[in-house]
Amino acid sequence: MKLRSLLIILVLFTLAPLGYAAIDTYEFSTPDRQQRFSVLTNELRCPKCQNQNIADSNSPIANDLRREIYRMLEEGKSDDQVIEFLVDRYGEFVLYKPRFSSKTIVLWGGPVLFLLIGLMVLFGLLSKNSRVDSVVSEKGADSQRKNQLSEDERQRLKKLLG
Amino acid sequence: MKRLKLFIPLAIFIVIAGFLYKGLFLEKDILPSALIDKPFPEFELPTVKDPTRIVTRKDLLGQVSLVNVWATWCPSCRVEHPYLVKLAKQEGVAIFGIDYKDQRDQAVRWLNQLHDPYIFSIEDADGRLGIDLGVYGAPETYLVDSKGMIRYKHVGVVDEYLWRNTLKPLIEQIKLEEKG
Repeated sequence: MKLRSLLIILVLFTLAPLGYAAIDTYEFSTPDRQQRFSVLTNELRCPKCQNQNIADSNSPIANDLRREIYRMLEEGKSDDQVIEFLVDRYGEFVLYKPRFSSKTIVLWGGPVLFLLIGLMVLFGLLSKNSRVDSVVSEKGADSQRKNQLSEDERQRLKKLLG
Repeated sequence: MKRLKLFIPLAIFIVIAGFLYKGLFLEKDILPSALIDKPFPEFELPTVKDPTRIVTRKDLLGQVSLVNVWATWCPSCRVEHPYLVKLAKQEGVAIFGIDYKDQRDQAVRWLNQLHDPYIFSIEDADGRLGIDLGVYGAPETYLVDSKGMIRYKHVGVVDEYLWRNTLKPLIEQIKLEEKG
């Protein structure tokens, strides 16, 4: 019983976001255009509500932009032309996936740089550790040698222990 | 040297905290306009008061002007409206309106009741001109020079402070440039 109600709740939670997605009734002449429309509207950011993409937002401006993107796609414009259209009007800001340029080089290169720094630190630590290890094992060998008794001593020990 | 190394995490923390602190005060709602120093977009639209009159980009040229995006559904526009009336009457500023995604009868009533500071208001019913201008919310105000180049964009209410500190000095500077 408990499992069943849990299941129902789970299903309701998965369905809930569907109710929020903006619904448009755009009819595309080809399935390819429909596909590109959904990719574009998901990758472009709504200028008004900045944490949503154009596909998800219900704001009037997102609605207008969906209409414009639909119009351009049906006119046979390429994805790049659609993106260019929006960047010309709203700036690079509308791209959730920023273009690689001198302005965004830190953005794109940053993670690689940090990865390299991380790897350098990691290797630094590892090599240091292995050096310490070898020092320790040398020391261990030394003390083992010290602990070993000579034949003479062993006989003395035997005598003492009876 | 070893001691110094211990401070590395603290240094990283301070740098990150600094950025985050600055982030608290960034006005991220206000986007820089992509259209500054670009020509005002072409359009061919009716005016609000006389739908038979079609205006184009050429009708905006010839003087330094403000182009104000407004709508009757926009509460902030109601707030800024009296100030626009004052600017037009007392300072003699040329102001054009863009009635953005609005209904004509309501817009006409608004202009009749609250006074009309605009030389004319362009009726942009489906928001197409708004998209070309990069409008993402009303009110927005564009400063356009006599050749039709957009020189400045303000998102939000135009008030005394903005006029004194930004718009007026800019207009004077542009007028000087155009004379020389």
